[in-house]
Amino acid sequence: MILRFLKLEWKQFFRSASLGKSIALKIFMGFFAIWILLGLLSLGAGAYFLLKKEYPEKDPFMLANKFIIFLLITDLIVRYLMQKIPVMDIKPMLLLPIKKRKLVNYLLIKSVFSFFNAGALILYIPFAFVLIAKGYNVTGVLSWTLFILILTLCFNFINFLINKSNIAFGVLIVFLAVLWLSFKYKLFDITGFFGNLLYSVYENPALLIISFVLLAVLYYLNFKQLSSIIYLDGAIKEKEEEAKTSNLSFVDKIGDVAPFIKNDMRLIWRNKRTKTVFLMSFFFLLFGLFFFTAKTYKDSELWQLYGCIFMTGGFAMNYGQFVPAWDSEHYRMLMTQNLSYRKFLDSKLFLMSVMTAVLFVLSTPYLYFGLDKYLLIVAGFFFNLGFTPLVMLYMGAFNKKRIDLNASGFGNTQGTSAAQFIVMIPVLIIPMLVYFIVNKYLGFNIAVLAIAIIGIISFLLKNPIMNIIEKKYQKNKYITIHGFKQQD
Amino acid sequence: MITINNISKKYGKTVVLNVDSIEIPVGQSFGLVGNNGAGKTTLFNVLLDLVRPTTGEISNNNISVHKSEDWKKFTSSFIDESFLISYLTPDEYFEFIGDLRGMNKADVSNFLAQFDDFFNGEIVGKKKYLRDLSKGNQKKAGIVAALMGEPKVVILDEPFANLDPTTQIRLKQIIKKLTENKEVTVLVSSHDLTHVTEVCERIVVLDKGNVVKDIETSEETLEELESYFAL
Repeated sequence: MILRFLKLEWKQFFRSASLGKSIALKIFMGFFAIWILLGLLSLGAGAYFLLKKEYPEKDPFMLANKFIIFLLITDLIVRYLMQKIPVMDIKPMLLLPIKKRKLVNYLLIKSVFSFFNAGALILYIPFAFVLIAKGYNVTGVLSWTLFILILTLCFNFINFLINKSNIAFGVLIVFLAVLWLSFKYKLFDITGFFGNLLYSVYENPALLIISFVLLAVLYYLNFKQLSSIIYLDGAIKEKEEEAKTSNLSFVDKIGDVAPFIKNDMRLIWRNKRTKTVFLMSFFFLLFGLFFFTAKTYKDSELWQLYGCIFMTGGFAMNYGQFVPAWDSEHYRMLMTQNLSYRKFLDSKLFLMSVMTAVLFVLSTPYLYFGLDKYLLIVAGFFFNLGFTPLVMLYMGAFNKKRIDLNASGFGNTQGTSAAQFIVMIPVLIIPMLVYFIVNKYLGFNIAVLAIAIIGIISFLLKNPIMNIIEKKYQKNKYITIHGFKQQD
Repeated sequence: MITINNISKKYGKTVVLNVDSIEIPVGQSFGLVGNNGAGKTTLFNVLLDLVRPTTGEISNNNISVHKSEDWKKFTSSFIDESFLISYLTPDEYFEFIGDLRGMNKADVSNFLAQFDDFFNGEIVGKKKYLRDLSKGNQKKAGIVAALMGEPKVVILDEPFANLDPTTQIRLKQIIKKLTENKEVTVLVSSHDLTHVTEVCERIVVLDKGNVVKDIETSEETLEELESYFAL
């Protein structure tokens, strides 16, 4: 039976939508995963030497014991945010002649083999190797390592128990803050307490039994909780949210694109993926703090310009690059309606321009870094107001990958194809190239002006350009419809 | 009203649709019947210019559907749930479609008032997004939206599927009323022979993309269809 489950698991992984991505993306994700694992590996292997260097007079192992509590709590917080028990996977099996006990055990045991737990292995085992190499007691180190790893598993199961509760999350955050403050200002020695606790396992391997008992208890609690909610009106319930309607009639003043703009506003706010894009654009606004202060970029206006393009253009780029795929689910309906393509596209253009303006207004505090930096932001703003949205819309005509709006927002790459990478070239390369050349011969002020002028000219020419874009969309209509129908 | 001329659709070498000629006069209630894969939905998709035919032409009120878009003004349709905008509430969706069809808010609520029974209090004014409605209720919303703005041609793909018995009966009444004055042309496809024979004056049977029967509905039609499909 377990073998059969594993086979399903295998198929689920290899046939999942996320694996059907383009090769470039897979490689990128692969590198990212390797990067994280390497980071953990080097932390595990290097921690001993790092601590030794920083605090030559103390025992690195004792110090590490004190710090591990921070790691564990952070781990739990990350788990809380990202790790969910995949109960929905067993829905199709509820009707089959399989004992519920087996299903629950399967789910719980499966959760042990997650990326989060693999991370712990990669972090602590190299550390243990170093300890043994440095002459620490072998039995002690082994039981210590086992203890930590089992503790990690305990956290794995604690997470599932507290995952539904917001209070638990608050408690965790507060606990982490208190821990940090008490450590920093030496108020009371909680970290020392946990440190001693861990150290005593090293000295007395028999204490290992505690972790096993804890793990068994937690497993039992999880088992009980999960068994009691595997019902269609319990855990295996499709989430249903209450509609929050807001009066958007103020938009009606804009004119005949109003219905589309209202729609787009609802689209953005009511779907995870689009909401993430929207909120992320405010995050991009913080780029300036990095580009204006970091050592590497502080004196390079060219790279600062790069940052500035992102700051005001975050929304235009991230939202714009997936037009019209945001409407892929109901694209066929739109195509049978009595609507002009132009209005549909105009509403997207309007949104991008408005958001660029809003982000520009919010970037005013950057005046603090001096007028020159602010001028870069201004140039970026004009560029993003006129040029960026038009490029995004033009490239959008080649988008033919469906996006399921309800899928999660963060790190979701559905709908991504080569077009999304190509579109970034003109938007990022052109201003930097123009700046580089003009600055060399005519100076900073003219260079900044030149970038702004590109934006202003495109803004003034937007009607004829939009006519061309509209034609492109109409020409690609059938390919787009066909592409959006493919579920991946 | 609608002229289908020599329409065929091939995917690679597979022919999914091959219709020589169908002429649908103004005000006819036209039923399309056939097993899965017979080409019903493909025909509707071609008619709505969502799929390009390999050969042939369809004109809707003398407008060639893949040359001009003017037919959209008087044609409305509901094919499946993907015609709904999932993140809107039904009210917002009706408002949006109303906007596109030149109806203001008051027009929309007046229009919806006649469907109070049909909706059975489960659609309008509820705090639910379309994506969270049951299949049947989604269908109700889609069908009613397709009747907005006084269309001259209404196309409904499988309108009876997923509906409860009461709603099926009400829908039949709605369709009959629609074609009463012989002004609105209605195209309906269905797997349910009883329903189509009841609402349609003419029934065309498709099989593997070909027209195999074209019948004026009479007392014997149901029997004739049943014996055809019994094979």
